[in-house]
Amino acid sequence: MGLVESGKIPKPLTWLMNYSRKYSLWMYQWGLACCAIEMGAALVSPRYDVMRLGVIPFPASPRQADLICISGTVTDKMAPAVRRLYEQMPDPKYVISMGSCANCGGPYWDSYSVTKGVDQIIPVDVYVPGCPPRPEALLQGIVLLQEKIQNEDPAQRWRGDPIVVGQLGEHDHDIPGTAVTVGASHV
Amino acid sequence: MSMTEERQRAYIGKHLAEAQINVELHHEDMVLNIGPQHPATHGTLRVVVKLDGERVVAADPVIGYMHRGYEKIVEYRSYPQVTTLINRIDWLSSFANEVPFIHAAEQIMGIEAPPRAQYIRTVLTELSRIATFIVFLGDMGAQVGAVTPVFYAFRDREHVLNLIEAATGGRFHPNFNRIGGLKDDLPSGWITETRRVMGKVFESCDTFENLLQGNEIFHVRTKGIGIIPADIGKGYGVSGSNLRASGVDWDLRRDGAPYLAYPEVDFKVWTHPGGDSFSRYWVRLQETREAARIVLDLLDRLPAGPVMAKVPRIIKVPAGESWVRVENPLGEMGYYVISKGATGPFRVKIRSASFSNVSILPWVLKGVYVPDLITILASLYFILGDIDR
Amino acid sequence: MSDQQSDDAPQDPAEDAPEAPDAPEETAAAPEPAEPAPAVLPEHEGWLAALAADLGDDIVEAVSNHGDLVVRVKREAWHRAAEVARTRLGCEYLSFISAIDWLPRPDPPNWDPDAPSAPVQPKEMTFGAAGGEGRFQVFACVESTDDVTQVILKTDVNEQNPSVASWTDVFPGADWHERECWEMYGIEFEGHPHLRHLYLPAEFEGNPGRKDFPLLSRETKPWPGLVDVELMPGSDEEPAEEASA
Repeated sequence: MGLVESGKIPKPLTWLMNYSRKYSLWMYQWGLACCAIEMGAALVSPRYDVMRLGVIPFPASPRQADLICISGTVTDKMAPAVRRLYEQMPDPKYVISMGSCANCGGPYWDSYSVTKGVDQIIPVDVYVPGCPPRPEALLQGIVLLQEKIQNEDPAQRWRGDPIVVGQLGEHDHDIPGTAVTVGASHV
Repeated sequence: MSMTEERQRAYIGKHLAEAQINVELHHEDMVLNIGPQHPATHGTLRVVVKLDGERVVAADPVIGYMHRGYEKIVEYRSYPQVTTLINRIDWLSSFANEVPFIHAAEQIMGIEAPPRAQYIRTVLTELSRIATFIVFLGDMGAQVGAVTPVFYAFRDREHVLNLIEAATGGRFHPNFNRIGGLKDDLPSGWITETRRVMGKVFESCDTFENLLQGNEIFHVRTKGIGIIPADIGKGYGVSGSNLRASGVDWDLRRDGAPYLAYPEVDFKVWTHPGGDSFSRYWVRLQETREAARIVLDLLDRLPAGPVMAKVPRIIKVPAGESWVRVENPLGEMGYYVISKGATGPFRVKIRSASFSNVSILPWVLKGVYVPDLITILASLYFILGDIDR
Repeated sequence: MSDQQSDDAPQDPAEDAPEAPDAPEETAAAPEPAEPAPAVLPEHEGWLAALAADLGDDIVEAVSNHGDLVVRVKREAWHRAAEVARTRLGCEYLSFISAIDWLPRPDPPNWDPDAPSAPVQPKEMTFGAAGGEGRFQVFACVESTDDVTQVILKTDVNEQNPSVASWTDVFPGADWHERECWEMYGIEFEGHPHLRHLYLPAEFEGNPGRKDFPLLSRETKPWPGLVDVELMPGSDEEPAEEASA
């Protein structure tokens, strides 16, 4: 669509596209370790049902997924598989890094076989801290991601420019996608 | 002109004959890579199988995708820090992982936790056993094709996790054990609530029994699949419910060195002579009920007293070594702790149950069909953190 | 319910074990004075005699350590020890095979000796139960599922050329344990069908289990120190101040 690339989409249409995109996320559950159980509790258990946010779990393959939630420790042996999985997803795609192991290596920060944070391999949109984070924390991370999607500019995303989220100016970095942390005191 | 039956049969027969000749001419084994990310493998296990059609000729599990280097990194940590770390080995039954390590350190120091602490530790261990087994009961259904029990399992598990969270502060990874006892006493009202939840656990087990264990399709899918004879299992080090489902009457809570409050409790050790996937499911279902009975029994007789022995502020375990093995939900878990008098251990060898349980896969997967492979993986019930450490 | 047996030292020493040095690790309780020379408990003497009937001189040392029988055998007798344990003692269940590196670990830089959460290990090389010689020891535990028989076997391995016989023909489960041991410590197992990497990717260099394998994260990033200490239950003291690295 030439309209999207050149940035000539009228605002209501942008709003509509973002609105429909944020409430129809298809989440690929890349559950590696203990955080996978909490992610499973968020997805499957009727208590922390994630479907009420519009997020459907369990797509058939990563090629059909919008959102991936890396939950658990990423080891150096597993890292190529994570990278390959991320590249299999079509744009626009979003990444939630769940748990302190995926954020920064976590309690295994000094291990010889652990990748110290999945953001070394793939760009991350939302970090959910915790060891393991409660399912409610993951839900809050998804809500934050939805806010971020709502404020997105599709033209910038299409071009690959770094996305600047208005009220969180101090967290910007020079990489595509600005990371947002759950529990940050900006609100 | 319509297709008569003879002509139909002749048509099919002709093509079948051709197909058969083709199969005989081009005959090679296919190598299939299952994992490391696959909904059926409980975590990042990769099984490379060589297939002849639908039948497995050889299987080679490739592990290490969750290897975090426990035995090396605990050498750089003090004992309380190690306690935090080790309940992430078997991450479904976290409390049960701390117990043997703390027990080994207490053994070297010569301290014994007070009786109330031992009882509460036992109760929490059995609660984590129930939590783990409930996930198994639901998840095995999912691997076989029954999706409903998974939701029941996660719903019922929430009740038990509530209890553990009320007592320890964490849904799992409680980090509640300290050398010499426990961090805190139980909150008020916990015992009554636990009794109520145990009633729910019994109901839940009945649900699983009706829904899944009595199901004809489940029987056909699991009976006779993945038979592990007792002597082969012992040679590989298979332990826990897997070995009991092969008829071996061995439970470390009763037969090993006495630990926690198990000598004070009468409980039944469930075995099944079958050795197949169904037996493993059956044994774990009975053990869930037995665990609930143990909890109720212990709560009736909970002694009063302190929950922490007198230990110094900074714990320095004197030089020595100690080997403690216990009956974890997954099997036999043991810690060989070597201390040289510092605030942290010198070497810890972690003997994890799933490592040995999975090492039998090359043997047990020979000649099975691919769907049965998934059933066998589900019935052995391993946790990747336990295999890879 | 934990064993009180380790505090009783019977007066008669083991028949087969040579005089073991007075090892302080036999006495577990810190306030009690050091007990006399360690010995083999009465319930373990039968097992030790069964082992000694076949192994004889190959048993270098044997002690009872906190309720377990620990037997150190010569390297050449490692395979025979497995067979004897399996046939004579009925220990058909293999618990684990692993290795110990007794070298004192070099501390990472900025390792504060006073910070209780950064353990500083002693700098002399000492050995554990049943002694040792040389840097590496391979140890294994075999059990019986019919009764309480359990034996921890240890053997010393040459440091320059670490290798020992493989147990895969006695216990099929030894396959994976020995692969892990090879990968972590570099100890060869003669007779193992295929020693290859178990946990680590194939390109990994080095043996991480060895004490001289550095953890690079610890080398580059100083330990932050003791941040806070939780109060012991029932104590009224203030939590510790933040300690600097």
